[in-house]
Amino acid sequence: MVSKDILDTYEMTIGIECHVQLATKTKLFSRANNDARSAEPNTNLVPIDYGLPGMLPVLNWEAVRLAVRAGKALGSEVALESHFDRKHYFYPDLPKGYQTTQMYRPIIGSGKISVPVEGGETIDVRIHHAHMEEDAGKLTHYDTYSLVDLNRAGTPLIEIVSEPDIHSAAAARAYATELHLLMTYAEVTRGDLYHGNMRFDVNISVAKKGAPLGTRAEIKNLNSFRSVERAAEYEFTRQVELLEQGDSIVQETRGWDDEKQLTISQRSKEDAQDYRYMPDPDIPPIVLTNDEVESIQADMPALPQAYRASWKDLKIDSSVVNTLLSVRRHAELVHAVQLRAGDEAAVRIANLFASGLGSNTAGEQVAAMHEEVSAEELIVLAEMVQKSEVSSNGAKEIFKALYLGEHDPRAIATAKSLLQNSDTDAIAAVVDEVLADPASAKVVADIRSGNDKAIGYLVGQVMKKSGGQANPSLAQQLLRERL
Amino acid sequence: MSMNTISHYKQTIQEHSAEYAVREALESGRKDTHNVFISLYEERALARARQVDEGTVSGRLAGVPFVAKDNFLTLGGATTAASHFLENFHAPLQATAVEKLEAEGAICIGKVNLDAFAHGGSTENSAYGVTKNAHDTARVAGGSSGGSAVAVALGTVPFALGTDTGGSIRQPASFNGVVGIKPTYGAVSRYGVVAMASGTDTIGVLASTVSDTELLLEVLSGQDERDMTTLPDYFIPQDKPTGKKIGLIKEFMADGIDEEVSAQILSAVEKLQSDGYEIEEVSMPMLKYALAIYYIVVPAEISSNLARYDGIRYGTQKGNDGSLQDVYEMSRQAGFEAENKRRIIIGSFVLSSGSFDAYYQKAQKARTLLIREFNDLFERYDALIGPVAPETAFKIGQNTEDPLKMYLEDVMTVPPSLAGLPAVSVPVGKTKDGLPVGLQIIGKRRDDAQILAVARDVEAQYGQ
Repeated sequence: MVSKDILDTYEMTIGIECHVQLATKTKLFSRANNDARSAEPNTNLVPIDYGLPGMLPVLNWEAVRLAVRAGKALGSEVALESHFDRKHYFYPDLPKGYQTTQMYRPIIGSGKISVPVEGGETIDVRIHHAHMEEDAGKLTHYDTYSLVDLNRAGTPLIEIVSEPDIHSAAAARAYATELHLLMTYAEVTRGDLYHGNMRFDVNISVAKKGAPLGTRAEIKNLNSFRSVERAAEYEFTRQVELLEQGDSIVQETRGWDDEKQLTISQRSKEDAQDYRYMPDPDIPPIVLTNDEVESIQADMPALPQAYRASWKDLKIDSSVVNTLLSVRRHAELVHAVQLRAGDEAAVRIANLFASGLGSNTAGEQVAAMHEEVSAEELIVLAEMVQKSEVSSNGAKEIFKALYLGEHDPRAIATAKSLLQNSDTDAIAAVVDEVLADPASAKVVADIRSGNDKAIGYLVGQVMKKSGGQANPSLAQQLLRERL
Repeated sequence: MSMNTISHYKQTIQEHSAEYAVREALESGRKDTHNVFISLYEERALARARQVDEGTVSGRLAGVPFVAKDNFLTLGGATTAASHFLENFHAPLQATAVEKLEAEGAICIGKVNLDAFAHGGSTENSAYGVTKNAHDTARVAGGSSGGSAVAVALGTVPFALGTDTGGSIRQPASFNGVVGIKPTYGAVSRYGVVAMASGTDTIGVLASTVSDTELLLEVLSGQDERDMTTLPDYFIPQDKPTGKKIGLIKEFMADGIDEEVSAQILSAVEKLQSDGYEIEEVSMPMLKYALAIYYIVVPAEISSNLARYDGIRYGTQKGNDGSLQDVYEMSRQAGFEAENKRRIIIGSFVLSSGSFDAYYQKAQKARTLLIREFNDLFERYDALIGPVAPETAFKIGQNTEDPLKMYLEDVMTVPPSLAGLPAVSVPVGKTKDGLPVGLQIIGKRRDDAQILAVARDVEAQYGQ
């Protein structure tokens, strides 16, 4: 193992290729169902999907629309004319013997996205281009044979290719996370990582700080943000160790073993295939007008950066912002509260999302995501807190109840006896009772002699005697008046 | 008048029955003296004939038998593309062209020979033996739609479906003395036809008369949502040519052309002139590159289109007790003919990194210049004419040892293919040996009706 001091003299440079499956109803070039998550193998197929002779591709314009949207979400140029090419290789998951992709004239040109990293900072990552292509099928290998499932063959993808602008494993993860946010907010993809809706290839090289770029290795097919980060960390150390031993880095493709948490060599550059790219004569160029691109962009749902901008002055922690953005419905709710009830209410609700749900069990969180909680209910809850009708703990309980399917915050508060008593006379009576209690005498003496913190005990006593319903700040105020 | 016309068949069907007409055609097919057929669709054809007789199937071609080149997917039997690879391949659906003919009541009685995967110009590259010329059994039928041309020339059926990528309808039509049209690229859907070179593949027909050809193109043409390269509907037959100013392509009449072929073409020119046509000699300097362009671009697309024949999902599978590599190598080794392999190798080479720019891209640029030359001429001429091939049908085996010589046979048919233009071959008499000669009439894009109108005037001069 090389020491941290030595590691610190190196820098990693990362570029990421991300495959995004588009959420279309049908495949890129066929009418077969594009959602194979629960389909039996080889059932979502029409003849072109298994490469029958004489079958021709028919472009799915919904995929083009989503690609344009993706391009706009990536802050990139959209090409008004793009074209499909054929990439040739033989493999049983590739029924036509070529993958239809865009090698020469991709639909999405260069652009840039801003990626939030730790500590509220952001880095810019340039997009080299993104192109449309079809997914391949899936092979399952057994001892002496392999099985082919072509359900996924022909699923529309865009492949987003970044420039090598990333220099840490954490930033690689942040970039992957941000792409996921952008693509799901833009409703380009279902974004289900478990089902491979987004997959990442991480190209990483290392070099002494300030030195020219080193030889890169490509870690293929990572399907979680965590594995992107871990694979980058692992590769960084592996490559530095090799260089420190005086070895050189081989340009190669490596795979990530999630169980063992390490990368494994798959094939080197010498084995690289010649894909014999050729323009696809079966598919006319995709021709778009500026008006079409603009109208697609006009339909775009709000992107994460719009939420970040609107919350910028709320002074909420960046971790709270990230928690909110990670569930789009939550971000939308906080945004709605902000628009209709103001910043203060939005901060209260944002913090409830960050704390309340964050501490819940996984099961509750999953359930929560499906609940139909309205912004109106959250606004009522924010008002109740603001008017001290409920305590902050009470608000959390109401919030949780809302997410478990109950409605009407006031009704919940009443049912759970969470309403605070702000009737001065009633609380004053309890305060007097507490002060008169001989057990309080020592504390009262302490407070009078300067130990102000001790007042907490007395407030606690008032709360206890009022059955938890007294407004604690009012109780404290009344205590102070009497001391 | 030819007896082998659609109207003649319709008369027979009216006098007898569709079943009678189909049985006659099947009987002729069974004799098959010229090795035309790869398969006969007896059961399906007779069943459909009975439907016509019962009145459940009707249309402009009700009961009229036809054959399809064996690279059209059809129900009723195998679709082999004349290859070993697909010898037992039964398609689950039919080509759009076949569907459209059936929708008009036509009856496919069987599938006919071609060069395997349509690679060739003589039907000698078939896995099922060579088809013989209708006029001389020692000579080739031409190709690759050799079976289609001979089936019509022998009167087995009044028309046949063919495909033309670089001359595969026009040249066998010329060699056998029938009418054969390669429509504008995109006029007829390619859906369900085994692809050769997607950018130049066209679907057309071979028939005995120009009128039948017009009717069939009317039925076959039109936009198909399953083929993105099809053009919006445009074909409407016209009685007369819209103009009679025609260019005779000088380069086609120069060196290398058989004297008798040249004499027949010039005789046709005179006949047209007497019919009021104004004919001038025109020159196209880019023509000398056409064959080179074609034999770069087309093999590239062939190598790509044949990649799906890997022995995994359908067709010939060999080596499945070995590795994946064995399955690929042995299946393709067994399934493809020598000419298929030659074109795959050429195509793979021109697409390989390092060669793509030097060959494929350069060929595409030259192709653009060729298209420009055609466009310029069509500003001044209503059609261009010339021979279909430099010579008449050659002897079987004469060119098989010399692929380059074989490719040279395509020199006059590939230029319109590269430009996507419509071109028709119409018979203009025979040589002393009784071998037919075809006149090629080339039009601008979408001018299919115009060249057919000119073809009808030619036909009239020859008493057809």
